[in-house]
Order: sequence, then C-alpha cells, then structure tokens
Amino acid sequence: MLPELGHFALILALCVAIVQGTLPLIGARRGVGNWMALARPAAWAQFLLLCVAFGFLTHAFVDNDFSVAYVAQNSNSALPLIYRISAVWGGHEGSLLLWGVLLGGWAAAVGVFSRRLPLDMVARVIGIMGLVSIGFLLFTLLTSNPFERLSPAPMDGRDLNPLLQDPGLVLHPPMLYMGYVGFSVAFAFALAALISGRLDAAWARWSRPWTVVAWVFMTLGIALGSWWAYYELGWGGWWFWDPVENASLMPWLVGTALLHSLAVSEKRSAFKSWTVLLAIFTFALVLLGTFLVRSGVITSVHAFASDPGRGIFILVLLGTVVGASLSVYAWRAPTVQSTGRFALLSRETSLLGNNILLVVAAASVLLGTLYPLVLDAFGLGKISVGAPYFNTIFIPLMVPLVFMLGLGPLLRWKRDDLSRVGRSVWIALALCVLSGLLLPWVLFHALDPRAVLGVGLALWVLLTLAIDIHRRTRQRGLWPGMLKLSPSFWGMAISHLGVAVTVIGITLSSHYSIERDIRMTPGEAVVLGEYRFVFEGVQDRSGPNYDASTAFLKVHRDGKEIATLRTEKRLYRVQRMPMTEAGIDAGLFRDLYVAVGEPLDGGAWAMRVYYKPFIRWIWGGALMMSLGGLLVVADRRYRLGARSGTTEELLAVTTRS
Amino acid sequence: MTRLILAMLLSVCTGFAAAAIDAYPFDSPEKEAMFQRLSQELRCLVCQNQNLADSNAELAQDLRREIYRMVAAGQDERAVIDFMVARYGDFVLYRPAVNTTTYVLWIGPFALLVLGAATLLIMIRNRAAADGDRELSAEERQHLQSLLNTAREEGPHP
Amino acid sequence: MKARFLIPLVFFVGLIVLFLIGLGLNPREVPSPLIDKPVPEFALPRLHDANQQLRSADLRQGDVVLLNVWASWCTACREEHPFLMELARRGEITVYGLNYKDERSEALRLLKRDGDPYVASAFDHDGRVGIDWGVYGVPETFLIDGAGRIRHKHIGPLSFHAWQNKIQPLIAQIRAERK
Repeated sequence: MLPELGHFALILALCVAIVQGTLPLIGARRGVGNWMALARPAAWAQFLLLCVAFGFLTHAFVDNDFSVAYVAQNSNSALPLIYRISAVWGGHEGSLLLWGVLLGGWAAAVGVFSRRLPLDMVARVIGIMGLVSIGFLLFTLLTSNPFERLSPAPMDGRDLNPLLQDPGLVLHPPMLYMGYVGFSVAFAFALAALISGRLDAAWARWSRPWTVVAWVFMTLGIALGSWWAYYELGWGGWWFWDPVENASLMPWLVGTALLHSLAVSEKRSAFKSWTVLLAIFTFALVLLGTFLVRSGVITSVHAFASDPGRGIFILVLLGTVVGASLSVYAWRAPTVQSTGRFALLSRETSLLGNNILLVVAAASVLLGTLYPLVLDAFGLGKISVGAPYFNTIFIPLMVPLVFMLGLGPLLRWKRDDLSRVGRSVWIALALCVLSGLLLPWVLFHALDPRAVLGVGLALWVLLTLAIDIHRRTRQRGLWPGMLKLSPSFWGMAISHLGVAVTVIGITLSSHYSIERDIRMTPGEAVVLGEYRFVFEGVQDRSGPNYDASTAFLKVHRDGKEIATLRTEKRLYRVQRMPMTEAGIDAGLFRDLYVAVGEPLDGGAWAMRVYYKPFIRWIWGGALMMSLGGLLVVADRRYRLGARSGTTEELLAVTTRS
Repeated sequence: MTRLILAMLLSVCTGFAAAAIDAYPFDSPEKEAMFQRLSQELRCLVCQNQNLADSNAELAQDLRREIYRMVAAGQDERAVIDFMVARYGDFVLYRPAVNTTTYVLWIGPFALLVLGAATLLIMIRNRAAADGDRELSAEERQHLQSLLNTAREEGPHP
Repeated sequence: MKARFLIPLVFFVGLIVLFLIGLGLNPREVPSPLIDKPVPEFALPRLHDANQQLRSADLRQGDVVLLNVWASWCTACREEHPFLMELARRGEITVYGLNYKDERSEALRLLKRDGDPYVASAFDHDGRVGIDWGVYGVPETFLIDGAGRIRHKHIGPLSFHAWQNKIQPLIAQIRAERK
C-alpha cells in the first residue's frame, strides 16, 4: 500500500514538474505575471511530493518490505539500520530518485532565496530546472521505477553490496549528487540570462553563490569517495582514473573554472559569453557522467547494472538538454557584449589562463576516457587507457596552473607591469626552489625531481599568499589589517592554501611511500623506514552479517610501541563476498596501513604493509578548499539587501579585491 | 548474449575488495618494485576495470604468477609487456602503446593546450587596454564621494 | 549567427553519435591478437589418459579443426554442449577440447554424463597453456586451419547462429584456399 502511495507521489511530482517547466517560462516570455508567480509554489510542491515519495521508499527499506523489488535487491533483514537507510541510494533506481529529490530541493531553495531577483528571472531559472526535472522524473517512472513490486515476495533480500556497508559510502553519493545537481542552478541562470538578454554583472552576482555552494558539495563528495577508496579497498590507492571517477572530476574542473570566471564577470564585466559556455559545459559534463555510469557504454567498477532501454533514454535526455542549451548559446551569444578591456599582464589574463588550463585538463581527461570507445566505434580495435596515461598528461597541466594560482592574486586588475611585481616575488621564487630541494631531503633523505617540483609549487602558493596579505595590511598593520579583510578574501586564501596542502599530500605520498607484500608468521616482524611491524596473530570473530578473521599487528618506533593495528578478512554471509578491512594508524604526517590477505601454509598469512607519508593532507586540503568556498558565500555582498550599504562599502567591495 | 558473457566472466571474478596480496619473495628491491609497477600497469581482463595488482580474480592471480616468474628470472619490463600483449592484445595495457591509432590520444592534450594558449593570446590582443584607462586617484575618489553624497541628500529624481 | 559559436554544438552532436554507436558495442569483449598467427606451442597430458599427450602438432593435421576451451565448473559451457555434440555427430569438423583449470575427476564425470564431443581433450590444470592462447573466460572456441594457424576466436557459448554466419563461411573459405 505504502509503496503505491510513493509511486503516486512520484507521478504527481512529475505533473507538477510539467507545470513548473512550462507556465513560468511562457509567462516570462509573454509577461504574464500570474504564470511567472507559479514558479516558486510549483518548485516547493514538487520538492514536497518527492520527499514524500522518498520517505515511502525509505520506509520500505527500514520496514524490510521485500515485496518491493528494489528493496529485495539491495537490502536484507540482517543489515544494520543505518545501512538499510543508505541502501535507498545504493542501487540505480533509488539513486535516481535521490537525484530527483535533490533537483527538486535546489529548485525549491532558489524559490526561497531569490527575493531580490526580478520575477521573470526567477520564473525562467525555476522553469528551466523544472524542464530538467521532467526529464529525470520521466526516466525514473518509465524505466527505473523503485516502487515496482515483486510477486511472490521473497523471504529475504539479496543484501546490500558489502562494499557499500560503510559510513564513508553513506555520505559520498548524497554529497556528490548535491554537487552535481547544484550545478544545474548555474546552468539555469546562464540559460535564463541568455534568453532574456540580461547578461550583466548582476546576473553573475546572483548565480555565483549557488555555483560556489554546489562546488563545495562536489569537492567534499569527490574527497569522500577518494578517502573511502583508500581505507576500504585495501590497496592504499586513492584515485584510479576510473571512467566514473573521471566523470566526477571533469565537471569539478570546469566548475572551478566557472567559479573564477563568474568572479571576473561580476567585478569586471568581462568574459560573459565564456562564463555562460562554462556553465553549460559544467552541467553537460554532469549529465554525461550520468550517462556513462548508467548506460553500460564503458566498463567501470562504479557502473550500475545497465539496460539498453535506459541507455537510450539517458542519451536522449543528455542530447536534448545539452543540445537545446548549446543551440540557445549559438543563437544568443553573438549578441552578448563584454566591455572589459585588459592587458597581457593583468589579473584577468591570469584568471583566463587558469580557466583555459582547467578546461584543457578536463578535455584531456574526456579524451582519455572516451578514446577506447572512439577506436572501438571506428573498428580500430580495443585498447585501455588508464592511470599511467592520465598521470602523464594531467600533472604537467597542473604545474602552470598552481604557479598562476599563486601569481594571479598579486596582479592588479586590468593592467599591471613587471617592475611592480616586485622584489618580494622574486625572493619568494628563490625560496621555493630552495625549499623544494631541502624539504624532501630533510624528511626522506631522497631527492626526486618531481617531489622537488611539487613541494616548491605548494610553497610558492603559501609565500605569494603571505605577500598578498602583507600588501593588503601594510597600511593598517598586520593584525588589525587581517581582521578587516573580507570573508571573500579569506575564502580565496584558504581555498588556495587548500590546493597547496593537497599538492604536498599528493607529491610526498606518491614519491615516498613504502609498500611491502610479504608472508608473515605470528611473531615475525617487518621494517619499513623507521617503523617495525610485528605480527601478533589472528583471531576469529562474527559480526552482524559477516564472519571475520582478525589479524593484530603492533607497530614500534625507536624501540617504543606506538600503535596496534587490526585488519580483517570478512566473509559476508548473504552474498558470500569476501572483503578486506585494512588497519590504519592515521597520523597528521603519515599513515601506517596493513591489510591481511590469504592464509598460507605453515600458519603464515599474506600481509600487505604500507608507510604512507602526508597522505591525509590530500583530503585535508580538499576540506580547506570547501571551507574557503563557504567563506566566500558568507561575504556580505551576497547578503546585501536591495539597497546596498554605504557608498564606501560598495566602492571598496567592487573595485578592490 | 552479452549478458551471458558477462555472467560467465563475472563468475570468474570474485568480490574485488578482498585485497589481492601474493607475498612473493624477491631477491632485490628493484625486482619487487618492477613487479609492483607491472601489476599496476596491466589490466585484469575479467574485472570491471581493475589492474592486476588490485584484483583477486583467478586469471589475475595466474597472470601475476607469470609476471613474478619472469621478473624473478631476470627479464625486463619490456619482455613482460610484450608477453602480455602477444597473448591479450593492447587491451591489457593501461598505458596505451604509442602507434598510429593512438597518436591523437597522446598528442591531443598538448594540441589542446596550444589551442588554448592561442585562444588566450587572441582574446587578450582583442582587448588590449586602451591608453588612458587607469584607476581613480585619491582626489578623484573624494570628488566622486561628494557627488554621490549630494545625490543622496537631494534624493531620487522624480 | 557567427559560425564559431556553433562549434560547441557541432562537437556535441558528434559526441552523441559516438554514444549511439557505443550503446551497440560491448566494452568487455577483448579481440584476440592471435588471429592469423600460428598455434602456440604446447604439450599437455590428455584428460582421459594422463600418460598420453596432446600437442600443438596434433592440431596441424591438414584440415580445419576447432579447439574448445571448457570446464566442468563453467555453467555457460552447458549451453553450448548440445551444439558441440551435434557437430561431432555430423562429422563436419574435428573438435578438440582444452580442459581449463579443472579437476580431472569432475571433468570426466561431466563428459560421461552429458557426452564427449571431443576427439581428445588436453588437461590444462593450472591454466598456463590457456594464458598462451589468450584465454580470459570460459567457454571460448578457436578455429584452426590445416597449417596450424588460428583463423577465428569465438568468445562465449558457441551458438548455431554464430556457426552459420561466421564460422561456416570461414571454413569454406579456408578449404577453398587449400586447393
């Protein structure tokens, strides 16, 4: 009964979405106030109905209603409650419903936080989001209905994939989807501005906070996925360049370019049609990712079980949404005038340069991801493109990017000259080269040119930031000056610092990790660098839905015992799937990592032991980037009412930083 | 048909999260490093996009055993790669070979970069700052301020 | 409308066409690099009699032969088994077997229960010879010509459809070449 109600709510939501996607848009074109005013309530109603549908599905999981096919495929009565809930988005149908709910949620949020916007703009933005909703809800209802019944109902379910039974994976999809769906807001704003012909600084100011928040979620979502892969999969890696991972990285890269381009459009009235194109590209990449994951066109560990019908449907959705928006772009963009002018050495140039690098990086990742498909389609054989390729092309692109990331904020808008760049910058450059050589040597007694480069670049970001702060606080003095700097500035500073932190993490953990796969008997020890791992023994135990063999290792350093590590081989009873839980001693400057393998002859066990320096910095940096983004959104000028603050504030805010 | 193949292949590939640890002994760290590198650069054919190092499918275990055998016997990386490619084709390489069909792949990013740089230079040249544009000086700011203050006092015009 | 603004749209349409083609392809199927190459050299004990060997030379007998890779644990092999029996009965082509990573007793039991379409089966217990043939799944079937060159590899259960449309014409062509 309840699942049918959920199904009904979903159908109603589609009906509301149809209203939301048509009347406000027509109303905006024709100037019919009543129809435009329908946008907000329609968005709220759709969101409410989708929450109801989602609630009923969740209830079916919590209640172990195995007459619902989707519940039977993804859950089990022995599954702990938290995972019964996260199983709602563990499979294709439920995750698609989550997509729909979040899309409705963002549209509803636009309805709430848009008091200052003109009605026709609101109507267009919500209307366009409504059109996208129609696509997704149709897809769900016609090909992927989570409420389908199974008759006769099985006694118990097939259980959630054991890999997904983990706290990291509870959060990762919702965060990522919040990011994906959030970029639809920037997309809608861009299209609305194109259609109405009002591509001005105001448009950039309105859409920027939405874009930043979506970007923050996406950064967190990707970081969570990477961190989860590291501690869960037992091979110590954190990024595999799998097509689905690439499908999340590409919109993130272009979304970052979009963020910065919006900043320029807001302040300098430049780059307008470029920014619009970026907004369309970002969301196009989001939809492309959805297609890649769910169509079966590429092979990936993340791919949902595919179905030709679904593949065609998403392709049609992708083609329609992106094709229509690019057509609107081709039609309207030529009329957009960017008035800003700027010189070769200016902040605009460095921002545009970074934009180009980010887009080239995203395009390169796209090339590598789709190349096997291209060759196969032309009958030129089957090849694989994996991590070695992507690392080779991606890292060299990031080097100039990080360099400009440091230099850019020091440059003036519009025009700057080399003499003004100043002695301090040259000193900073020298310091970076020096520390790039010193730090790896001091820490690891080994010099690798790539590590030198990475460390030097990260330090460059730090030092140029220090120079920037020094220059801005010169008049007032350091501490009073720093307090006066806007949240917008601090957001940028912390985000950029986060990039530096991530670069250090990637550089040092990639070049100075130690890995050993060895055979150990209880009592044996292995030495990695300064650490001595002693294998104590193995104990058996039973968990709620699995049986495990737990291996204990003690770690010693300088003769003192510093940690006990537990690693398990689990066998999940329902799916008969073996899994390894790694034992990790996490530290700010290093992780110690063990994973137990198969039992060997003579009471020995196969053991993988890792020393990974600075690896937490990778995700710590991502956290900092997210925090920076939140600070940017908190800046006063986004919360200024229709009447701005004093003239001085306005002048200060728009012409300085 | 595709589903059958899938079922057949997946029946060979067990859950991939059980860490694939072999604990082979090596007589030198260079050989161990070579083994690790090779098993990371070669693809597991029966898995959903994993390398030989991470997969515990039977075929992956067998292929790792072969790699170990060759590395321990003193063969170099090229020999191992040629061995795998001769039997499984280029599909097994995660680092694509450089040949006529992959030129676009390897040159592509560089070409894109050049294209991007050219676009950047063209855009800048079109927008070279005209002479005379400069920021407001202190006096001009004051002047602007007083003008705005006057406008405020007088209120908006009808 | 300025032409350069159409570039993103044109590129995107190309992408959609690519994906449309892609939906009809199978990304998991790996073509064999051994086509038109000589059979890999091997010498394995026979399944029925461990003291006798089946060698690569046995496959170079002048006429086309099939080599079918099979195992008792392979469920898809059961699907093609009736068809192989039919082929053997009709005597159209000689079928050899490569018993891959199996237990001798289990393999023999299967053949006794369901019938033995193979002139002889080689027993590849550790799969080492399978690797030389580029075997990555079971069942797989190789078409070998009289000179001992591999001419075709069929992945998955051998179906009548594949036999009629792909393999039979190829056999006819090979036999015609010999004349």
